[in-house]
Amino acid sequence: MKVNRRKFVQGTAATVAAGMFGSSAWAADEPINVASIHDLSGGLDIYGKPMVDALTLAVEEANAAGGLLGRQIKLINYDTQSNMQLYTQFAQQAALKDKVAVVHGGITSASREVIRPVLDKFKTLYFYNTQYEGGVCDRNQFDTGVTPAQTVEKLVPHAMKKWGKKVYVVAADYNYGQITSQWVKKYVTENGGEVSSIDFFPLDVTNFGPTISKIQAAKPDFVWSALVGGAHISFYRQWAAAGMRKSIPMASTTFAVGNEHIVLSPDECNGMLVCYNYFQDLKNKTNEAFVTAFHKRFGADYPNVTELAMGTYQGFQLWAEGVKKAKSIDRMKVIEALETGISIDAPSGKVTIDPATHHCVLDVHIAEVSDKKLKVLEDFAQQKPSDTAAVCDLIKNPTDNQQYVIKI
Amino acid sequence: MDFVVLLAIQVLYAVASLALISVGLAIIFGMMRVINLAHGEFLMLGGYAAIVATSNGVNIWIAMLVVAPLVVGLIGIVVEMTIIRFLYGRMVDTMLATWGLSLFLVGLTTAIFGNTTVGISAPLGSFQIGAYRTSGYTLFVIAVAVVLMAGIFAVLRFTRLGLIARGTMQNANMAAALGVNPPRVYAVTFGIGAALSGLAGAVLAPVSGVFPTIGVAYVAKSFITVIGGGAAILSGTVSASVLFGTINQIATFLTTPVFGEVALLAAAIVLIRLLPQGITGRFFRRGL
Repeated sequence: MKVNRRKFVQGTAATVAAGMFGSSAWAADEPINVASIHDLSGGLDIYGKPMVDALTLAVEEANAAGGLLGRQIKLINYDTQSNMQLYTQFAQQAALKDKVAVVHGGITSASREVIRPVLDKFKTLYFYNTQYEGGVCDRNQFDTGVTPAQTVEKLVPHAMKKWGKKVYVVAADYNYGQITSQWVKKYVTENGGEVSSIDFFPLDVTNFGPTISKIQAAKPDFVWSALVGGAHISFYRQWAAAGMRKSIPMASTTFAVGNEHIVLSPDECNGMLVCYNYFQDLKNKTNEAFVTAFHKRFGADYPNVTELAMGTYQGFQLWAEGVKKAKSIDRMKVIEALETGISIDAPSGKVTIDPATHHCVLDVHIAEVSDKKLKVLEDFAQQKPSDTAAVCDLIKNPTDNQQYVIKI
Repeated sequence: MDFVVLLAIQVLYAVASLALISVGLAIIFGMMRVINLAHGEFLMLGGYAAIVATSNGVNIWIAMLVVAPLVVGLIGIVVEMTIIRFLYGRMVDTMLATWGLSLFLVGLTTAIFGNTTVGISAPLGSFQIGAYRTSGYTLFVIAVAVVLMAGIFAVLRFTRLGLIARGTMQNANMAAALGVNPPRVYAVTFGIGAALSGLAGAVLAPVSGVFPTIGVAYVAKSFITVIGGGAAILSGTVSASVLFGTINQIATFLTTPVFGEVALLAAAIVLIRLLPQGITGRFFRRGL
């Protein structure tokens, strides 16, 4: 194309005009941008890939149903490569360049604390869809994952009744593991038990030999694992290789979230207890329809829809429900609509936003690892995020902005 | 008592794994004064070679003890002929070149295998020591290290190949005058060093799993061991492994794995301050 002066002036004028009127002037036909910021490679990709798949399906379903407010939704994917610096960069890019209506993302608590201030500063709505240690109190953020009061509180007495009162905790060495292990300690003590030791491991540790010997010396009734990421899978391998799986059982707040129960052989992890909001084998109509749709989209051999994948799927649906109610994608209007206590009928059961904490009221289940499957043993309906509710009230203090940490 | 035995096995295991991951580097560095920054990636490739071979139906022992060293040894010879050969005596240039090679290998394996942890279950089951249990594979790793060190000693000390290698190492020009072909000795030595690294990576793969950037976790430790050991290949590697492995493992037992690593690094700093030439600069000077 030849650019003469007249064409150049016309083009420039059009661009300048567009800039002056802003994007909202002709936005009706433009798609709504939604950002996904997840680790699709690196040590945390075991968590990130299923989350993005679930988000992709949620967006495609919404678009097939006519989009939101008559507009299509455009999902913009950022791969943070298990690298914290990229979180800052991509959060800024999503907020400033792509001007997204909402960011869904963050996997580890460390990554959430990296992007939370960025999205606060640039006034971009943020959904954190991972089960985590609880306590985040920030009006710009919604947390759709389960927290310790919903899971640890149920699993501790269940495991103690089954195995005994003495617990040894191994946890990942960053805010998630540090805080979650304190919750484990709190509930174990409240149930009349004893935590003999809590050991922390950086995410790249792969040699657990000395720890396994130390655990044997401590002779606990069971081990609690809050280990995170690909490198820590070797703990379960070495545990089984040392022949410990049969003598000391294990419960976990993180196992199977990255499909570890499929990566490992049944011999290395059968009998382990976990507690989450979602399991693929839950029996209800919404879930059966979801699993069929998911397998149709990603193949029937898809290993397992994880807790985090479902958190992300439900997070998107909650946001979409908020947008429908607000009849706008404006950040404040959507927050106010979500704060009316919106509910969805999700594959995991009924999920309701708790207005005071921006967390969710939802069902949880205890399950057991059994031959690469998760067998549900016990159900708890409609659990409130009471850990965060004890410290956080965004109705009374809408400007509160911090993560509360458990004190024992 | 049984706990002491268990502790001793863990310490021996730490020593053995340090010696395994360092000996390939020690040979390449000690013989040729080449600082191979792609050493960690040789270990990583060994791990992948073993896992890929096992998942394609090769017996796990053959995969670890034969396939992995062969594959990585061949890669080592190719690397020597295409890159290292032109840079002998130019230490900084070899460091740059091998660093580039390291980045290239990480990128290549990420492209082929993806950036995920893969692993195989450790064979051999477990056994009982009094009230404790530990993995039989731990003893296997210790045995491999012992056999390997004895083998290297025998080759260097008693064979013609070892004599030629030691001669070339001491004075390449004199060896050439006596009819040895130093470039060929270098190529073979580099290949053997790489093969040993591949073997170590494969043997440790069932314990730690493998991912493209795992070399980073190994390379620092192996450099510390080689530098701490000093000029003699075998006695240096062994003595430094014993020292650092024991300190690391005991500190890990008493505190946490984090402080175990800190203790290892602190010991290395103190050692290099007291013995700038490494352990074999002062002790075992006549060792191999």
